[in-house]
Amino acid sequence: MPKPLITLLAAVLAAFAVSHYSDHIDPYYLDVITGVGINVILAVSLNLVNGYTGQFSLGHAGFMSVGAYLSAAVTLLVGPRLFGDAGGTGLEQGLLFLGALVAGGMGAALAGLAVGIPSLRLKGDYLALVTLGFGEIIRVVFQNVESLGGALGLNGIPNYTTVFWVYSFAALTVFTVVCLVRSTYGRGFLATHDDEMASEAVGLDTTRYKIVAFVVGAFFAGVAGGLYGHFKLTITPTGFDFTKSIEIVVMVILGGMGNTPGVILAAILLTVLPEVLRAVDQYRMVLYSLLLIVLMLVRPRGLFNFDYSAIAARLRARLTRARSGD
Amino acid sequence: MFHPFRSLVALAVMGALSGAAAQESVKIGEYASLTGKEAAFGQSSHKGTILAVEELNAAGGVLGRPIELITDDNQSKQGESATIVKKLIFREKVVGILGEVASMRSLEAAPLCQAYKTPMISPSSTNPKVTEIGNYIFRVCFIDPFQGTVMAKFAKETLKIHRVAVLTSVSSAYSVGLAKYFKERFIADGGVIAIEQKYTEGDKDFNAQLTAIKAEGVEGIFVPGYYTEAALICRQARELDMSLPLFGGDGWEAPELVQIGGTAVEGCYYSTHYSPQVDTPAVKKFVARFGARFGGETPDAMAALGYDSAQVMVDAIRRAGSTDGTAIRDALAALKNFEGVTGATTMDKDRNAVKAAVVIMVKDGQFKFVQSVAP
Amino acid sequence: MTEFLQQLLNGLSLGAIYALIALGYTMVYGVLRFINFAHSDVFMVGAFIGYYVGEHLPSGTVLGGLVVLAAAMAGCAVLGIVIERLVYRPLRGGPTLNVLITAIGMSLFLEYTGQLVFGATPRAFPSIFPAKVISVHGLIISMNQLIVILVATVLMVALEFTVFRTKIGTAMRAVALNPKAAQLVGINIDIVISFTFGLGSALAAAGGVLYALNYPSIDPLMGVVPGLKAFVAAVLGGVGNIPGAALGALILGMVETFVDGSRWSTYKDAIAFAILIGILLFRPAGLLGRLSAEKV
Repeated sequence: MPKPLITLLAAVLAAFAVSHYSDHIDPYYLDVITGVGINVILAVSLNLVNGYTGQFSLGHAGFMSVGAYLSAAVTLLVGPRLFGDAGGTGLEQGLLFLGALVAGGMGAALAGLAVGIPSLRLKGDYLALVTLGFGEIIRVVFQNVESLGGALGLNGIPNYTTVFWVYSFAALTVFTVVCLVRSTYGRGFLATHDDEMASEAVGLDTTRYKIVAFVVGAFFAGVAGGLYGHFKLTITPTGFDFTKSIEIVVMVILGGMGNTPGVILAAILLTVLPEVLRAVDQYRMVLYSLLLIVLMLVRPRGLFNFDYSAIAARLRARLTRARSGD
Repeated sequence: MFHPFRSLVALAVMGALSGAAAQESVKIGEYASLTGKEAAFGQSSHKGTILAVEELNAAGGVLGRPIELITDDNQSKQGESATIVKKLIFREKVVGILGEVASMRSLEAAPLCQAYKTPMISPSSTNPKVTEIGNYIFRVCFIDPFQGTVMAKFAKETLKIHRVAVLTSVSSAYSVGLAKYFKERFIADGGVIAIEQKYTEGDKDFNAQLTAIKAEGVEGIFVPGYYTEAALICRQARELDMSLPLFGGDGWEAPELVQIGGTAVEGCYYSTHYSPQVDTPAVKKFVARFGARFGGETPDAMAALGYDSAQVMVDAIRRAGSTDGTAIRDALAALKNFEGVTGATTMDKDRNAVKAAVVIMVKDGQFKFVQSVAP
Repeated sequence: MTEFLQQLLNGLSLGAIYALIALGYTMVYGVLRFINFAHSDVFMVGAFIGYYVGEHLPSGTVLGGLVVLAAAMAGCAVLGIVIERLVYRPLRGGPTLNVLITAIGMSLFLEYTGQLVFGATPRAFPSIFPAKVISVHGLIISMNQLIVILVATVLMVALEFTVFRTKIGTAMRAVALNPKAAQLVGINIDIVISFTFGLGSALAAAGGVLYALNYPSIDPLMGVVPGLKAFVAAVLGGVGNIPGAALGALILGMVETFVDGSRWSTYKDAIAFAILIGILLFRPAGLLGRLSAEKV
């Protein structure tokens, strides 16, 4: 079996094990751990678009909200109809949740298609603005839909999210992104990122690659949204605004655009750090914005942008030497 | 400005009760929007809560132990309140939770407080859904179904107007809810809603909506939104030569209403939970002590409700005689005629406070108490 | 009919403010080929400078109003130049993505520092010009609206003069056309770019003061939505095209006002973005712009 697949299965099993014992973990810590997992999905999926393919999307939170609302609608509407008052067994609920998450992801992917096709033809700056605008349109739409709660938001979402679900999907996201990048598609992404014009000149359909990256990214953002909704149990239209998109963008930039391990590290750091620094919460956004500016000026590659495979190889070599040297 | 207060309160109390052995304090958690978009309301409520805790500690605390208030800021953002409440319950081991001003964020935290059997008291969330979450969730204010009828009655009976327009903020559940209950009552009383218009929070330009309203020849406009937009709406209405009264709900109450609205808000009305001018000894003492503690500031409804929420929580702990969540909950449910600064408070079967509302008129740049409306 | 005329006037006044902001966006884009996200926050700073200066002046005088306007414009011109010098210039020549990210960072920095320094609560902008309302056959014209339209027109005429009849203006157009060639003929690019930023920021500041005049509640996040809409206006008219920006802004102001008075008023923010997507789909060059081929 290829290595990434083994890693994926191992991760899913580990997530299952942790989830099983989650009753013994302090709910606050569990909360932070779950938050980390969701942010990893968001950051890694955005990295595919912003980092590897070089397309600047500022509307990732918009796709997240589509996924959140759609999956919540499924569990809230379909659930009672399927299970009646009995509520369904654990397995049934699990299957429903999986279905809801996938539905949310597909909805977000469709939205990604709708936004991507017109705008990915154009230059970078315009995409940034269109994705920003899309996020705003989504917010306005959800605010006006009374059946989804309107401005008050949707409450009473069933508490289905567990460490198992979050980290299984996180592993799946990383797996998908890594596999995509290593495939022919990956070559296309990187070529588009490096020099769009030259790629077009040698016959690559850059628009197609851009759209694929965009749609896959949107799908996982939608899944993350569904997980988020069933974790916080309440979602509101204004919660998925531009600020949320920016928080994810900062993770991608900090981690190094196009560097998945770096982005994962950044996601972990930027989820845990605000908890630790609750005392200076009011400075959070100021520090984030300064971080963006300073990073771009001083180290645009990102703070965690190291060649992790090279580091791993060196470590392995050192260990082998140490063992044989004895 | 308003960082977690725990260390100072605990220290001061430890000093005061130096005679007693190192007693473990009774911890009460608070989650509020101290920064961000709704910072004004959150900070006001928080000040009231702090004052109450300090006064209670000066009087000996509760159950012979000092009270420790642990506050965390949710930055007016979605998602934060849930994490904060978990932290308060499991890391800080609080026995009760106070919060929040906005119904949206109360709805986020309430399911958790209910699941973890920790009583929660919202100082000023008026959306009925909040207490419907479960029997551990309470509030010390009235709810929008009642508040809507207050202004409907006032408009019809006192102002004697029969034909109004309603201008609602669709981005605020509070506004939408209040509008709905106002309309129901107003129409039931025989009034006519000639036209309805909508806006979004953050909007600055209401000329379009007001022009449409003006064309309908109404006698008054009900604006169940927040003070920033209400002030601008009044101004623009006056500029469009509309001299009719505008009125609203407790979202209007802030000094900025007059600052931004200027002469345009003169002669306008709104309903709220309390007025510093109510002539009772309790209110007078509260206003004086609040001013002394916070540099001469006059407490608004948010501050008064924040104060009452803390008082009610501690009173329940005292009557329960323990810090057990269920015991406190039962004591809260049995609350009857508690003398709060926002009036006599009794919990009804839905855990909402049964109390009167006050109608305020803006006169000479001041908020003048007009009348009290009982449920 | 009166209602229609009233809305027309409202739309004109709103469009004039969008135009002032849009001009700054379009000029910077023309010269540097990037969207200055921080522009909308310069607009906000202009309003706040106007607030603090206005507090110290007697209210309701024309002279006082002009002083406030001038102070805000001067202050923000300096701010714009400083931002360019410190943050954008070092990244010139590098990938545009980096500058874009930096611009976003700068925008957020201004907004959130503003919240820390000024507080998040909205403040009341002093009425600096004499506030009067004239009624003509039921049509209500407020002095503030007239001032907005007047000042905006004066500034736009002045801009047109600067860009087309002065040396520095010609230099700006040269740099916009071809930076390398402009350098070859001896134009100091640094000075031209600084000047462009200063000019654009001054206009944004004027927009900020006039906006605050009409909607006297200011807060640190007030620039976000108007800025976005002004950018849409610039794209609508053709980015890099000065009359285009004014035209786009006017159209946007009108459309928005009429939607605001209709049943769909709560979708009015979405309308601006729908227009953006529409324009990018069907006529990316904008109404008055020309699609230029990208040379390698």
